[in-house]
Amino acid sequence: MMMIDPVILTLFLPLFGAIAAFVLPRAAAWVGLLAVLATGGAVAALVRDVLAAGEVVTQLGGWAPPLGIALRADGLSVAMLAMTAGVGLLVSIGALDSLRDLRERQYFWPLWLLLLTGMNGVYLGTDIFNLYVMIEVIALAAVGLTVLSGTKQAVRAGLEYMYASILGALLFLMGVGFVYLQTGRLDFAGLIAAEPSGAMSAALALMVVGLLLKTALFPLHFWLPAAHANATAPASALLSGLVVKAALYIFLRLTTYMPLPDEILVTLIGMLGAGAVLWGGVQALRAERLKLLVAWSTVVQIGLIFIAFARAGQVGLSESWKAAALLILAHGVAKSAMFLAAGRIKDEIGHDRIADLDKSDIRPTLAQFTFALAAISIIGLPPSLGFIGKWTLMEGAMAAGYWHWVAVTMIGTLMSVAYFSRVFAGFLRFDRMRGELAEHKGWALADAAPLTLAIAAISLGLMAAPILSFIELGYPFGAQ
Amino acid sequence: MTETPFLPLFILLTSLLASPVLFALPETAARLRTGINLGVAAVKVALVAWLGWKVGQGVIYDVSFTMLPGLDFKLQADPLAMLFISLSAILWLITTVYSVGYLERGPHRARFFGFFSLCVAATVGIAMAGNLFTFLIFYELLTLATYPLVIHRGSAEALRAGRIYLIYTLAGGLVLLLGTLGLWVLAGTTDFAPGGILDDVVAENRLAAQMLFVVLVGALGVKAALVPFHAWLPIAMVAPAPVSALLHAVAVVKAGAFGIMRVVYEVFGIETAQALGMTAPLAAMAAITILYGSLCAITQDDIKKRLAYSTVSQVSYITLGVALASPIAAVGAMAHLIHQGLMKITMFMAAGNLAEGLGVKKVSQMDGVGRDMPGTMLAFSAAALAMIGLPPLAGFVSKWYLAQGGLDAGYGWVIALLLGSSLLNAIYFLPMLHRAWFRDGGARDQTPARRRIGWMLAAPPIATALMVLAVGGFANAPFSPLEWTRFVVAIEYQE
Repeated sequence: MMMIDPVILTLFLPLFGAIAAFVLPRAAAWVGLLAVLATGGAVAALVRDVLAAGEVVTQLGGWAPPLGIALRADGLSVAMLAMTAGVGLLVSIGALDSLRDLRERQYFWPLWLLLLTGMNGVYLGTDIFNLYVMIEVIALAAVGLTVLSGTKQAVRAGLEYMYASILGALLFLMGVGFVYLQTGRLDFAGLIAAEPSGAMSAALALMVVGLLLKTALFPLHFWLPAAHANATAPASALLSGLVVKAALYIFLRLTTYMPLPDEILVTLIGMLGAGAVLWGGVQALRAERLKLLVAWSTVVQIGLIFIAFARAGQVGLSESWKAAALLILAHGVAKSAMFLAAGRIKDEIGHDRIADLDKSDIRPTLAQFTFALAAISIIGLPPSLGFIGKWTLMEGAMAAGYWHWVAVTMIGTLMSVAYFSRVFAGFLRFDRMRGELAEHKGWALADAAPLTLAIAAISLGLMAAPILSFIELGYPFGAQ
Repeated sequence: MTETPFLPLFILLTSLLASPVLFALPETAARLRTGINLGVAAVKVALVAWLGWKVGQGVIYDVSFTMLPGLDFKLQADPLAMLFISLSAILWLITTVYSVGYLERGPHRARFFGFFSLCVAATVGIAMAGNLFTFLIFYELLTLATYPLVIHRGSAEALRAGRIYLIYTLAGGLVLLLGTLGLWVLAGTTDFAPGGILDDVVAENRLAAQMLFVVLVGALGVKAALVPFHAWLPIAMVAPAPVSALLHAVAVVKAGAFGIMRVVYEVFGIETAQALGMTAPLAAMAAITILYGSLCAITQDDIKKRLAYSTVSQVSYITLGVALASPIAAVGAMAHLIHQGLMKITMFMAAGNLAEGLGVKKVSQMDGVGRDMPGTMLAFSAAALAMIGLPPLAGFVSKWYLAQGGLDAGYGWVIALLLGSSLLNAIYFLPMLHRAWFRDGGARDQTPARRRIGWMLAAPPIATALMVLAVGGFANAPFSPLEWTRFVVAIEYQE
C-alpha cells in the first residue's frame, strides 16, 4: 500500500491548511481545525513509527545530506511534536469559541497554522540553515498573533517582539554563515565532525545569543511579558506554551552537537537562569494584571529550564537534558491551560486586574479552578508533570553536589507559591461583595479546552516513566 | 501472605472519586450531595473494617506502579497504616454528618464537600504510602485540599490565616521534598521497611544521615506543630468548626505526627536513630512543645484558640513516645494517635455547637451552658476529663504507657513532664467545666438562641465521646486501639 511518509505530512499538512485558511476566510475555523486534527494524526503515526524503529529519517527529494535536506524524528522530537499537536488542538478548540471578532478569526487560523508548520520544521530539522528558515517562519507568524487583538499595547509589544526576533534571527544567521565558511556543511553531522576552533566558537556564540534572545532568557527577556500579556488569549497560550520552546529546543540540540567550550559558560547560562527565576519572581509578585503575572511566570520557567541545562556538570551530563525536556513539556501544557483560563476569567469578569478580582459578583469558578490546577503543575507540586521535571532537576543537581542550583530551585518554588496565592486569594475572597454572588455563566466549549489541558498537566506526571523512556528513543543526544 | 492488592486502592478511590462528583453537583442538590457523602463514607468504613480484619490475620497488601525509573508510586496496607486509616474513615463519616448539619443553607457547599473528601483521600494516601515518595505526594495534596477549607468563609481574616497556613505547610512540604530527594540520592530507595533502610548510609556517612534526620523530621514537624513551627495552628482555627475538628483530629497535625513515626521507625529504624544521637533532641523538642502549648492555652479566652494550643501540646505526646525509643512508649504514642483524635474532635464539635446554638465563642461566656446544651457539654466534659488523664479514660491510657516507657528508657523526667502537663491540662480545662456546670448564665438567657441545634450537630460529639469512654474502658479488648498498637509495635521493634 502506498502511503505518504508521516514526516512529510507533519510538515506539509499545516502548511496547506494555512494556505487554505487564508484563501477561504469564511471557513477558516473549520479548515484550520481540520488541518490541526490531520497534523495530529500524522504525529500519532510518527509516534507509532518511532516506538517501532527508534528513529525515522526522511530525505527530501532523495538527496542525502550534506547535499540534500533530511528530516529526522526521534523520541525527543516526536515528544515535542506530540505536545505541540495536543496543545495546539485544544487551543484551537478553545479559539473556536473565544475569538469573537471577525478579523481576529480571519487571521488567527492562517497564522497559527503557519506557526505550526514552523514549529514542526524545527523539531524535524537536521541542518542549521533550515532551522534558521523555520525560526523566521515562526517569528513571522508569532508577531502576527501578538498584534492580532489590535489594541495599542498589543501593537507596541508586537513591534518590540519583532525587533528582538529579527535581531535574534540575524545573529543566528551570522553564526550559520561562520559555520558554512569553516566547514562547508550545514547539517548536524557536519557540526559534530567539525574541529573545535576559534571561529567555530565564535559561530556558536552568535547562534547561542540569538537563540537566548528568541527564547527570552533573562536579561534578554525584555520583549516577552508585554507581548504575551497583551495578545488575545489563544494567541498568548500558543506564544507562551509553544513558541518559546522552539528556540530552546534548538539550543538543547546545538549545544549537544557543539558543546560549549568551557564549563564556566555552562555555569554562566545557569546563572542567567537563576537571574530569570529571581527577577521574574519579583516582577510576578508586583504585577498588577493577571495575564502579566502569567507572562512573568513564563520568564521564570524558562530560567528554570536553563538551570536544568546547567546542572550538567561532569556527573550529570547525559541526564541533564531529560530534566530540561520534561520541564519543557510540562510548561507547554500547563502554561497554555493557564493563559486560556486567564483569558476566560478576563472575558467573564471584564478585566484582569488582580486587586479587583474579588470585587466582581461574577465568579467564573470553572476557569478559576482550571487556573489553580495549572498553577499546581507550574509551581511543581506532586503528582504533576512539573513536579516530575523539578524532581529530576533537583535529583541531578544534588547527585552532582550542585547545591546552589537546588537552593535556587527551592527559592523559585516558594516565590511561585507567593505570587500565585495572590491570585487565589482574589478567587476565594467574598466579604468585599454584598448580596448574592453570581455563578459562572455556564459551561462553554472555551472552558473545556483549558480544563482538559490542566488535567493533562497534572495526570501526565503519573505517566512520567513511559514519557521518559519515550524521549530517549533514537538516542536524541547521541549517548548510546 | 499476599492477596489481591486492590483493596487499598479501592479505599483510596472511594473518597478520591467522590470529590469530583461533589464538585460537579449544583449548589442546590443538597439531598443528593448528602446522600453521596454519607453513602461513600459508610462504604469506606465497611471496606476499612474488612481490610483491618485481613491485615489482622497477617495479610500485607501492596500495590505499586513505576512513576520514574526506580521510583514507584506504592500503596501498602500494613498494621501501622491501618491504625491511621481506621481513624480517618470513622471520623470522616462522623464529621460528614456534622458538616451537613453545620453548613445547612451555607454558601459554596459543593466546593466545601469536594475539598473535604479530597482531604480525607489525602489522609488515606498518607497512611498507606509505601514509600516516602508516595507519602510526599499525598502530603502535598493534603495541603492543597485543606487550604480552601481553612479559608472557606472567604473573609479577610480567613484569607490571612490561609496565607500563613499555606506558607508554613508548603515551605514544610518543600523541605520534605528536599529530604526525600536526599534520601533517594543517598540510599537509592525511599521504601518504608521496619528496621529502616539507612544502615549502609549511616556506616558510610554519619553526618549526612544526621542531617537527613533533621531535614525530614523538621519538615514533618511543621504539620505536627512542633515548637517553633506551630504558629500556623492557632491561626488556622478561623476555619469552620467541622474543618477545625478534622484538621486537629486526623488530617493535618496527625499527618505530621504519623510521618515522624514512619520516618523514625521505617526509614531510619529506631536503633539507628538512637545510634545517630537524634532521638534525645527530638524528645526534648517534644517536651518543650508539650509544656509550651499548655502554657499558651491557659491564657486564651477564645474557646477554639484554647483548644488549638491544647492540640499543639497533645500531638507532641505522639512525637515524645516515638523519641523515647522504648517499645512501651511507642504503644502509648500510637494509642494517643487515636485517642487524641477522638478527644479533640469531640471538643471541636462541641465548641462548634456552642457557637452555633448559643453564640458562645469565648470561655468567659460559658457560664451555665451545661444547662442549655446538656448533651453537647457532657460530651465535651468527658473529652476534657479524658484529656486531663482521668483514669480509666482514653487520655489516661496513653499517658500511662508513655510514663512507663519513659522509665523503661531511663528518662525519669518524663514522669514529671506528664504530671506537669496533666496539671496544666486541668488548669485550662477545669475552669471551662466549672463555668459550664456550676455557674449561672442568667445574662445570656435574655438573648435568644441563634438557632436550634439539630440532631446532625448534637449526635456526632456524643458519638465520639462514647468512643472516648470505650477506648479507655475497654482498652484491653481485642481490636481496641491499644491492642492493635501492641501488634504494630511488635512489628516496628522487630520482636
